[in-house]
Amino acid sequence: MSENLPAAVPTGPRPSAPAPGTSTARPAPPADGSLRRLLRNPLGAVSAGVLLLLVVAVVLAPLLAPQAPDVSSLGDAFAAPDGAHPMGMDSAGRDILSRILYGGRSTLGGAVVALAIALALGVPSGLYAGYYGGRFDSVANWAVNLVMALPAMVVLLASRAILGPDVLVLMIVLGVLVAPGFFRLVRGIVANVRKELYVDAAKVSGLSDTRIVARHILIVVRGPLIIQVALVAGIAIGLQAGLEFLGVGSGSAATWGAMLNEAFQNIQRAPLLILWPGLALGLTNGSLVLLAGALRDVLEDRGGEPAGRRRGRPRTRTASPAPEVLDRPSEAAALLSVRGLTVAYDRPDGTGREVVHGIDLDVHPGEIVGLVGESGSGKTQTAFSVLGILPEGGRIGSGSIMIEGQETVGLPERAHRALRGGTVAYVPQEPMSNLDPAFTVGSQLMEPMRHVLGISRKEAAVRALDLLRLVEIPDPGRTMRLYPHEISGGMAQRVLIAGAMSCDPRLLIADEPTTALDVRVQAEILGLLRRLQQDRGLGVLLVTHDLGVVADLCDRVAVMSDGRIVETGTTDRILRSPQDPCTRALLGAVLDEAPAREPWQPREARKTTA
Amino acid sequence: MLKFIARRIAAGAVLLVVISFLSYLLLSVPDADVGRQLLGQGADQAAVDAKNASLGLDRPVLTQYADWLAHAVRGDLGTSWFTSEDVGTAVAGRLPVTASLTLGVTLVTTVVSFLLGVWAGVRRGAADRFVQVLGVIGYALPGFLVTLVIVLVFAVNLNWFPAIGYTAFTESPGGWLSTITLPVLSLAVASVAGVSQQVRGAVVDVLRQDYVRTLRARGLPTSRIVFRHVLRNASAPALSVLGMQFVGLLGGAVLVEQIFGLPGIGSMTVTYTTRGDIPVIMALVMFTVIGVVLINLLVDTMIGWLNPKARAA
Repeated sequence: MSENLPAAVPTGPRPSAPAPGTSTARPAPPADGSLRRLLRNPLGAVSAGVLLLLVVAVVLAPLLAPQAPDVSSLGDAFAAPDGAHPMGMDSAGRDILSRILYGGRSTLGGAVVALAIALALGVPSGLYAGYYGGRFDSVANWAVNLVMALPAMVVLLASRAILGPDVLVLMIVLGVLVAPGFFRLVRGIVANVRKELYVDAAKVSGLSDTRIVARHILIVVRGPLIIQVALVAGIAIGLQAGLEFLGVGSGSAATWGAMLNEAFQNIQRAPLLILWPGLALGLTNGSLVLLAGALRDVLEDRGGEPAGRRRGRPRTRTASPAPEVLDRPSEAAALLSVRGLTVAYDRPDGTGREVVHGIDLDVHPGEIVGLVGESGSGKTQTAFSVLGILPEGGRIGSGSIMIEGQETVGLPERAHRALRGGTVAYVPQEPMSNLDPAFTVGSQLMEPMRHVLGISRKEAAVRALDLLRLVEIPDPGRTMRLYPHEISGGMAQRVLIAGAMSCDPRLLIADEPTTALDVRVQAEILGLLRRLQQDRGLGVLLVTHDLGVVADLCDRVAVMSDGRIVETGTTDRILRSPQDPCTRALLGAVLDEAPAREPWQPREARKTTA
Repeated sequence: MLKFIARRIAAGAVLLVVISFLSYLLLSVPDADVGRQLLGQGADQAAVDAKNASLGLDRPVLTQYADWLAHAVRGDLGTSWFTSEDVGTAVAGRLPVTASLTLGVTLVTTVVSFLLGVWAGVRRGAADRFVQVLGVIGYALPGFLVTLVIVLVFAVNLNWFPAIGYTAFTESPGGWLSTITLPVLSLAVASVAGVSQQVRGAVVDVLRQDYVRTLRARGLPTSRIVFRHVLRNASAPALSVLGMQFVGLLGGAVLVEQIFGLPGIGSMTVTYTTRGDIPVIMALVMFTVIGVVLINLLVDTMIGWLNPKARAA
């Protein structure tokens, strides 16, 4: 049933192996090892092998079958298996093995017809609708929704009444009914790819639309399409067998569905008659679905990388200088003290990939420390480690993270959670995606407060209003009742800061808190952070790649590159005389010592103008 | 919200008219001589023509359709050509059977797939693999094959439930439950397999969202995040799959009602469509589409309630 098709599976542009039954992706280069990888995947190898065996057996039916499918000797009805009839005889004394082999021809053949029709209808229309959009897209979508609102089985029965009991015709109708699955899949992927930069680049460089579709878009569509073909084949076989089971197939010819029907009639007398055709059908469909799963694993090649946090070329760094411990302001007890921290991500093959290689970092009460570096340098991983919220697959390898003197590495989740919110708080980078779209601003502010502080709903509401006032939101009462999509990005970031401040933390981890905002709002948010920090004597770890922000806010700076801290010092020192080439690169001075920007002024001097 | 529902109902009505028109057109295309079929090969041509005229089949197809539509909107679905029953009454009598079946399956599917999907999505590891294997098996096996195996095991071998027949709920609730259990179970296997995978996928997706990380960073316990925030956000995609599943369920009901001998819409479809009884087929198509439209409306309304952003759209 077309309705049961799994949702589209978007994949990256990745060449893939041609699979049995498809020839849509002609222009792509031949299998570049995908086929080999598929066969190395145990599920893939087994299911592909079973399918191949079934197809060969069915094609060679005239050679393999002990007798013709319709030869019956009533005296042998329900005969038990023996040498001449390895699967026994059915209720009319016909050889079951022969009927299975011949029956497979119409079952598998029918599925091929339905698939061909569905591909021929769904793929070109999906490509066109996804690539050009416009009126064709709306009309096609409307038609697809219409077809998808029809129960396939009912339509097939009705069309049999109209068009006659011809299996081929029924399979064509079935092809039309499952075509929307292909249309939606292809259209969705193409519409997404259409927005990608490389397609724009191809357009700008003068490639024709046909060439772009052939060279860049078909390749992206191919993988998911092959998976979908395997799934739809299973559905087509199941539906066809179902029709035959109802006795509306091709009359008396041997088919798996008709055999099951016959077995069902005799279910009390010979329950095992169900076994062989059931097994044939189950094995075929099971192999198809497993093959689809294996193909998905191979073609999509899922890696355990931290989401969107990896970029840039691996840079070999010889003998990274030991972190300076010189510029510490005092030896007062640190609010946050990180020593020798390593963070690693699990790879699918079981090994780990280290992304942070043993860093030391301190934040003292009332101090703003900037953690700077280009994207992919491990800053955010460090921040998440401190909060104990590394994403799935990530873990702290070794080292120590002390928050107010308490070791948090190896701390049970429960105890670590007790520190979050009340002791250490977090301001994220992207304001909109960090608010739950299903709950109002007020409810999202109040819920953690009630949990962490154990206060009543009423108290939490009063507190939430105060917090919104604190972060300078104009109409707090109204804002409380709004949903995240009803407020601006700058507002959302204020709400998130209010949330971070809501349980009176001593340490604030701010991960690029202004990167996603426009320049004017950036300045306001930075001003707000500075005011809150000063009023409350917070220690702040500010993760950023923007040295302008550092210059504005930070007392000290640690520069990260490739998972290591390459330089630390007071903001003054780092900005005036950067030692490490990475720092200089960040500052914009490429190689020589020419100053990249105007001489830096201490932030006290600017405060009046900010 | 009301405007949204009104708009959806209007769209549903348009869909209904379009489908009814297309169906009528398709059903009328072949020159099946209904009068001849009814009266048999031996009847003389004049009697056959008279029969066709009395059924209104001598008129142009568009007139026939207009006539059908004019009656249908007033609730008169005509009489069967072959049995002379009133179609509305015949279908209404069978509706409760199919309704028990499909609603039962939907209920079971919702509960079981949410349990399995959330369990797999949150726990991952072995639980996840278990649910995925379950999904593959349930998805791979054609529904009627599953049904046959269920009949074989629970009705023939264990004899726990009757293999065939139906008892109305109003007659005996216990009997209703025992006759409906196996059919519901048979249909639920495939839909649980499909929907639980979607719930699992949606839960995994939501767990990766930035706001979940932020909620963790604010000190909320995982259980609370899962049951309040993840469940609510994952429900919307899961519900739309559940709605789509319902369409498939109507097809599955055809097979299951036939196997269990349930006197529902599905078995009626098999009997009447093979005969080409246009008034009955039209009524069945209409009821099916109305069912689909209503379920989709329900799903969209629930999604709108769960997801404030969809309300605006």
